[in-house]
Amino acid sequence: MARLAQEFIARGADLELVGIRKEFPGFTAIENLDLHIPAGEFFALLGPSGCGKTTTLRLVAGLDEPTKGKILIGGKDVTATKPHQRPVNTVFQSYALFPHMSVLENVAFGLKQRKVEDPMTKASAALDLVELGHLAQRRPQQLSGGQQQRVALARALVNRPSLLLLDEPLGALDLKLRRQMQIELKAIQMEVGLTFLHVTHDQEEAMDMADTVAVMNKGRIEQMGSPEKLYDRPHTVFVSKFLGQSDLFVGEVVESNASSLSINVAGSKITVPKDRAEKHTGTIAVGVRPEKANFHESEPAPTSGVNLIGPGEIIDIRFTGVSNQYLIEIPGIGEITVFAQNVGKSPVTELGAKVWVSWKVEHSFGLADLPENSAAESLSEI
Amino acid sequence: MAFAAFGHGGGSASAAAPTKKSKVALFLLLPGLIYLGLFFMTPLISLIITSLEVPDGSGVMGSYAYGFAIENYAKVVTEFWPQISHSFGYALIATVGALFISYPLAYFIGVKARRFPLIQGLMLTLVIAPFFISFLLRTFAWKQIFSNESPAVHFLQQVGILGAHDYLVGTPFMVIFGLTYNFIPFMTLPLYSILERLDVRLLEASSDLYASPATTFRKVTLPLTAPGIISGTLLTFIPIAGDYVNASGDFLGGTKTAMIGNVVESRFLVLNDYPTASALSVLLMGVILLLVGFYAKRSGTEDLL
Repeated sequence: MARLAQEFIARGADLELVGIRKEFPGFTAIENLDLHIPAGEFFALLGPSGCGKTTTLRLVAGLDEPTKGKILIGGKDVTATKPHQRPVNTVFQSYALFPHMSVLENVAFGLKQRKVEDPMTKASAALDLVELGHLAQRRPQQLSGGQQQRVALARALVNRPSLLLLDEPLGALDLKLRRQMQIELKAIQMEVGLTFLHVTHDQEEAMDMADTVAVMNKGRIEQMGSPEKLYDRPHTVFVSKFLGQSDLFVGEVVESNASSLSINVAGSKITVPKDRAEKHTGTIAVGVRPEKANFHESEPAPTSGVNLIGPGEIIDIRFTGVSNQYLIEIPGIGEITVFAQNVGKSPVTELGAKVWVSWKVEHSFGLADLPENSAAESLSEI
Repeated sequence: MAFAAFGHGGGSASAAAPTKKSKVALFLLLPGLIYLGLFFMTPLISLIITSLEVPDGSGVMGSYAYGFAIENYAKVVTEFWPQISHSFGYALIATVGALFISYPLAYFIGVKARRFPLIQGLMLTLVIAPFFISFLLRTFAWKQIFSNESPAVHFLQQVGILGAHDYLVGTPFMVIFGLTYNFIPFMTLPLYSILERLDVRLLEASSDLYASPATTFRKVTLPLTAPGIISGTLLTFIPIAGDYVNASGDFLGGTKTAMIGNVVESRFLVLNDYPTASALSVLLMGVILLLVGFYAKRSGTEDLL
């Protein structure tokens, strides 16, 4: 088994998309996409349904043709080639296992097409890799969803593609099985060193598994980077809301020095380091992650390096196990969310309590755009 | 539970429920069973008895006595061998022809036109539309179209496809043409119903796994649509083998193209030679049963029958 895995290593190729545009009758699925995925990377395309991520994957697999642009795999232009001519394999969302073949025949299908020697032995070894060797003679319909998913994975992996495409393969599994498969998938990818392109709408899954995440929205990539970076420093409102939660404040820049700038939000001053802000002048949106904010039942003394707003009223408390989510209504600013770990008393305070909210300046981030409705709202308040 | 003790001795609770239902089902089946017994089994037995009869010696035409003349069967096989071979030969060619015409048609309607329900509906209607006109009339219309003095035949003679004194009506080609034409809907509809459910994602998966379009068709599309091909070919082959309209001299055939059906017709209705006609009918039925049984077994779909 380990030997089989060894054979995969360093087979991954890099993928390059240059100026890809895809139009369907009536709408444009992808506007103008440039993307480079280095060999051996686990890359996730994350976005809501209809954002163009599955279309991107189908273009790479060759199942659809781009209206414009080029696709290069391992430096070779494959734009004009048919799916069966590309060194790419896909794990489909529906698994798409052949119902008229046994599990083993399904896995051996690709090997047989390429006239690889001894396809059955290799297929058996691949089934062992996903721990389904004992079910080789079954029909796919006789397997559970998780098992089918693993067969689909084995069927793709056994061909040692330069690039493995995963189209929300875990979407149909229940939460527990999904977690387990995420760990297994990541382990396999690390072991075999293939380039993985994983399409998903599950932000946790993307952050958990991928080396690099690209957040897609309306046919464009909004932001790309390591999961930690995307979470810590989102560039746009969409990314800040799609990847985790964010409290956003909109205001005009009123103070600016060499290292930081401050905006005025309904009389409160919110400061953000300059190197964590996309825009430095005019009306901008500044955000903070709910778990980085704290609330206080009495007004704390103003401290430099800390943003403080309030007082407001706790209008909702949600218990989620490890933490409580508090919804706080602050007059003139609106509703903001604060997460507090359940380390002591739970809830920390009662509904209706008067509280102040604070967070460290270095946890603020400034966005390039404004939230759609609050922009007009805050302007009218000024 | 009492029912379970009554019947199959399966013992399990799940076996009890169907047993209970089957009592009602049996009752509901009764009219059908009586109908089959009266109107199917009786004539069949009568036919077998007639097929073994011998002339009663009175010399009166159509007058026969009970007998056990197995030699009637040997006689019809030797005497009507050309017609028997026509029946099965034409049926085979027409079935294969209908399959080759119907499969692409059904594939287009069921798979390619999926995104255009209007075109799909229109094309299906066109496939079924001929049923609204009598089968005899349509066959007769073809006779007119390809009659000896028709422009179509003149044209074919002029371009040299037909010789100056060759005609179409009365040729095996015309009979097979008519048979193929008449039975295409019986092939297209079962094919359509299975192709319409074909999961195209499996075809994409196949191409993703390095199979060319031709290989994908052979390894994925064809096996997945085999049940439709089998029911289509059975629905076509069986009635064609027994057909007597197309091959009849009144329609597209001639004396040299007679099939078993034509012999049965003339023996029964013209010559009053009941034993020969009956023996031929029984023989036709037996051979078809054997062929179909063998075919279904070979294609591994006994449960279809």
